[in-house]
Amino acid sequence: MKRHAPRLIRAASAAAILILPFTGLMPDYWITLFNYIGISSLVAIGLVLLTGVGGMTSFGQAAFVGFGAYTTGVLTVYYGVSPWLTLPAAIAVTMVAALLVGAITVRLSGHYLPLGTIAWGIAFFYLFGNMSWLGAHDGLPGIPALQIGGYALIQPRDYFVVVWIAVVLAVIATQNLLSGRVGRAVRALRRSTRAAEAFGVNTAGAKLLVFVYAAMLAGLAGWLYAHFQRSVSPGPFGITAGTEYLLMAVLGGAGRVYGAILGAAGITFLRDQLQDWLPKLLGHTGNFEIIALGAVLVLLLQTAPGGLWPILFGPPPAPKLPPPPDGDRLPVRALPPPGTPLLQADQARKTFGGLVAVNDVSFEVDSGRIIGLIGPNGAGKSTTFNLITGVLPLTSGQIEFEGHPLEAQTPRRAALLGLGRTFQHVEIVADMSVIENVALGANLRGQAGALRAIFRLDRAEEALLLDSAMRALARVGLADLAHEPAGTLALGQLRLVEVARALCLEPVLLLLDEPAAGLRVGEKKALARLLREVRAEGISVLLVEHDMDFVMSLADRLVVLDFGTKIAEGIPAAIRQDPAVLEAYLGGVS
Amino acid sequence: MTAGLLDVRNVSVAYGRAEVVHDVSIKVDEGALVTVIGANGAGKTTLLNAIMGLLKARGRIDFRGRDVSGVMLESRVKAGLCLVPERRELFADMAVEDNLLLGGFRRTRAERNQTIEEIYARLPRLKERREQLAGTLSGGERQMLAMGRALMARPTLLMLDEPSLGLAPRIVRDVFHILTDLRKTGVSILLVEQNARAALEVADYAYVMELGAITKQGSPADIAQDPRLVESYLGLGGHDY
Amino acid sequence: MDTTIFLFLLQDGIINGAVYALVAIALVLVFAVTRVILVPQGEFVAFTALTIAALENGVAPATPWLLLALGGLAALSELIRHFRDLTLRRVARIALFDLALPIALLLLTRWIAPMKIGQVGSILLAVALITPMGPMLYRIAFEPIAHSSVLVLLMASFGVHFSLMGLGLLFFGPEGTGTTPLSSQSFSLGELLITGQSVAVLIVTALLLLLFALFFGRTLLGKALRACSSNRTGARLVGIPISAAGQIAFALAALIGAVSGALVGPLMTVAYDSGFLIGLKAFVAAILGGLVSYPLTVLAALTVGFAEALFSFWASNFKEVLVFTLIIPVLAWRSLVAPHAEEAE
Repeated sequence: MKRHAPRLIRAASAAAILILPFTGLMPDYWITLFNYIGISSLVAIGLVLLTGVGGMTSFGQAAFVGFGAYTTGVLTVYYGVSPWLTLPAAIAVTMVAALLVGAITVRLSGHYLPLGTIAWGIAFFYLFGNMSWLGAHDGLPGIPALQIGGYALIQPRDYFVVVWIAVVLAVIATQNLLSGRVGRAVRALRRSTRAAEAFGVNTAGAKLLVFVYAAMLAGLAGWLYAHFQRSVSPGPFGITAGTEYLLMAVLGGAGRVYGAILGAAGITFLRDQLQDWLPKLLGHTGNFEIIALGAVLVLLLQTAPGGLWPILFGPPPAPKLPPPPDGDRLPVRALPPPGTPLLQADQARKTFGGLVAVNDVSFEVDSGRIIGLIGPNGAGKSTTFNLITGVLPLTSGQIEFEGHPLEAQTPRRAALLGLGRTFQHVEIVADMSVIENVALGANLRGQAGALRAIFRLDRAEEALLLDSAMRALARVGLADLAHEPAGTLALGQLRLVEVARALCLEPVLLLLDEPAAGLRVGEKKALARLLREVRAEGISVLLVEHDMDFVMSLADRLVVLDFGTKIAEGIPAAIRQDPAVLEAYLGGVS
Repeated sequence: MTAGLLDVRNVSVAYGRAEVVHDVSIKVDEGALVTVIGANGAGKTTLLNAIMGLLKARGRIDFRGRDVSGVMLESRVKAGLCLVPERRELFADMAVEDNLLLGGFRRTRAERNQTIEEIYARLPRLKERREQLAGTLSGGERQMLAMGRALMARPTLLMLDEPSLGLAPRIVRDVFHILTDLRKTGVSILLVEQNARAALEVADYAYVMELGAITKQGSPADIAQDPRLVESYLGLGGHDY
Repeated sequence: MDTTIFLFLLQDGIINGAVYALVAIALVLVFAVTRVILVPQGEFVAFTALTIAALENGVAPATPWLLLALGGLAALSELIRHFRDLTLRRVARIALFDLALPIALLLLTRWIAPMKIGQVGSILLAVALITPMGPMLYRIAFEPIAHSSVLVLLMASFGVHFSLMGLGLLFFGPEGTGTTPLSSQSFSLGELLITGQSVAVLIVTALLLLLFALFFGRTLLGKALRACSSNRTGARLVGIPISAAGQIAFALAALIGAVSGALVGPLMTVAYDSGFLIGLKAFVAAILGGLVSYPLTVLAALTVGFAEALFSFWASNFKEVLVFTLIIPVLAWRSLVAPHAEEAE
């Protein structure tokens, strides 16, 4: 796979592509086709980001293309503004539209989100087609060409350079965005929103960012389209076009920038050839290519829903940054001395309608201790966990952490307070490398935002964050797997990766949800050893666990729940003989 | 080894990334009540789901002398195998009576009508609530409805996954009474339970499952008195970490 | 606006709304059983109308050829997927349903068409031609990905819609037609002119909805279909074959679509692409009903019909914009209210 030569190769390829049309090797017909491929690629790149990374599927990207195209159309035709100046305007208008639409759209859950995109996608299409100011169904003709000096860029090969420079810049910007701190947060959105939130990511904000970014790329594509065609009409901005862009993104592969270009090329070629051959084959004139395109979409979803690029080239390569100079490190949190009260639950209660899941539970966790939360199935352990971490709100009672009452607790606040956690069902991003997954834990220890990432101004901070992640990985003994895609690791290793990620948060308290489930004996021994080390450093551990051997040998104290109520608390030896505990576990028949 | 009604041999089940059931062999003889007990996380539910056909398993599963390992779930139901799952899986937005009738989906109308009367006789509380939506029933009533639904198919082997889960002790007692009554009508029962003591009181034969494997088996009396039973639930009998 | 116009719009809205209600019910049914949002439902409506129009003119419609083509694809798809466990029973079923039936209908149509069999005959034949397309489409496109997320199924649904629409262009041509009304009578109610067609639409719709309610409320098969959507695992555990349930749902949807097409034909000009808009408006109604509740969906459909009539009176150009913008707050509300389920892919 790509390692060091890539930079040179990519630069050389980019140069070669830009020179190609002038060599006389490509007929004008093909150059025009490539222009359309380039323009579609921009939309597709935004869309693969949206779907594959952000986990949001949009049928309405074509509407944003329309915004870009119509903005420049109106400004140049009615107000005589110079085409180059309309570029920032087109992108700005698209951005505003995306912010307004996105604010609602990104908050829609599950399948309501794509349905929402269909709704506004259609609404915008009819808006474009009915406003007489925009020329209604006939659109706006007579849009001026781009000019450099006095030279008008009308020839397809001249336009080719503009389009593909735009594509190259978009690719660079997108990859830069994905490889930074914000990029990691965004990549966790698709499958592990809970993990992202647990490490302080503002998921609604991140989703909106991706949404607006994708819309801006589409707006850019619209601007290019308008000055290439030199006219705009509403046709290409409806749901049909929107679905076609989606098909390109599906073909290319979720979250793969180069895949988007491949997808755009594939579908554009296919459509072009079908327009030629189908009428001849069927003996009728007409636009029959949608028959085949529809079939391609269905076949693709049945056979290769992950797209072609991952099949051809596997997961994206992991970043490799040099370690920070002079052994610089991120600041380390000061931990309270062992035995200091850390977490206090006071009559914590959680009801769901009539069901009491947590029944006035009180217990305390001191610093530098390992506390086990145990109980039979359905006892309320996970619910208690979720109350502490802010996934669920308290019905009544109080939970205090280091003296702060956890009111209106959210996972993000929990992370800020120093509560790091792992999950019962491992939540990692499979096609991100191990070290990047761990680095997500350090999300709150960095500041670089999207803009700094795009312009590569975050490299110094990145080096520090990745170094911290590497150190955490070394602690759990997985340093040599740092650059592997996380999806290739075994369950036991993944649980350790989750612990490393939680350690990267610089936690005061670690909340582990069944960390030993599914592990082999050797892996459990390694985990126990790690947790004892962590305890020695002053970090506390609260763990929910079913493996009694494991938790009995590890915990300093145990809290036992049954039917949501605390029935016992104490050292393991005492708990083993407590009659109430025995009854709860082994059952009784009166 | 004589063949039983249900013969599970060397079955292993993977769930997601982990192998949750390792090389398990159990047998249920005709007319018997066999129980598999163990702490949470032992893999009992996974085992039952694999026998029913909800999950794929490696190994061999023989039911009534036929190998059903490759047979689809719907056909296993038809062959006389029924499961009352851990989460009950009732049709919450449909009436109690509809839930029961659907349990007899694969039988004739006459058979359905006859069996539902028998079930109402055995479980009068369901008859009282026949028009009510299943989602509005209490925990114990839901359990009974789930059992009633499974019985509508006149199973040869009834499998129950933790019937005592989430139920108050008094209701658990009622449920287990129903099970012992059932046995008398000739239905064989495979009972998976966390509540070891209750299960051991009604069973003919018991298996203890720990972390995916069978660690003990024998007569319920032997198992109940074995001090290692406590350890398998509360630890410190196995590995030292 | 005076009362006359208001009543006129109301009538217009209710008639259109009734058709939307039928289409919307089909959408909700299919979604409930298979989690597919059936975008191509509109094509069933349009193709039926086009078929009836051809028959009324004594011309053999191209529909049986389309049915045969789909049958062939369904047969191919199933043979490939079950290559390793082919039974005689399965092959016989494929041969009978996917090939013999379309061929028989093809021969029948070609023989009957020039005879101009009259309105009722044309409608019955058209319905017979369109209904089998439902299960065929299910087996071709959706059954192989039955366990996928709603989103993947939605994308596939769009794929089917585009292919079908293109095939519609190929088989029926670009021209639009109308069909003869079921009744050319009309009568006056005060200042309002009520056509026989309107009455027919309302009667048929009400009848179908009633039959539906009875089917799902009283018959075991109807309950079994409800069970599939209520709790899939539970349905499997009682032995309900999920795949067959999907085919039945699609068959019912196609049937309803066909009946809707017969009702819609006299009301407007129908072309190969008219189905999409009808389907979209029904889709709005289905969403307003939360994709769950039938009575709510019917009410919503009538509202959409009426709103459309009003908008087209006030701001005719922007009626679509308004109608579709209205879904968004409803989606937001439903999204908040719905039980939180992380879409796993």
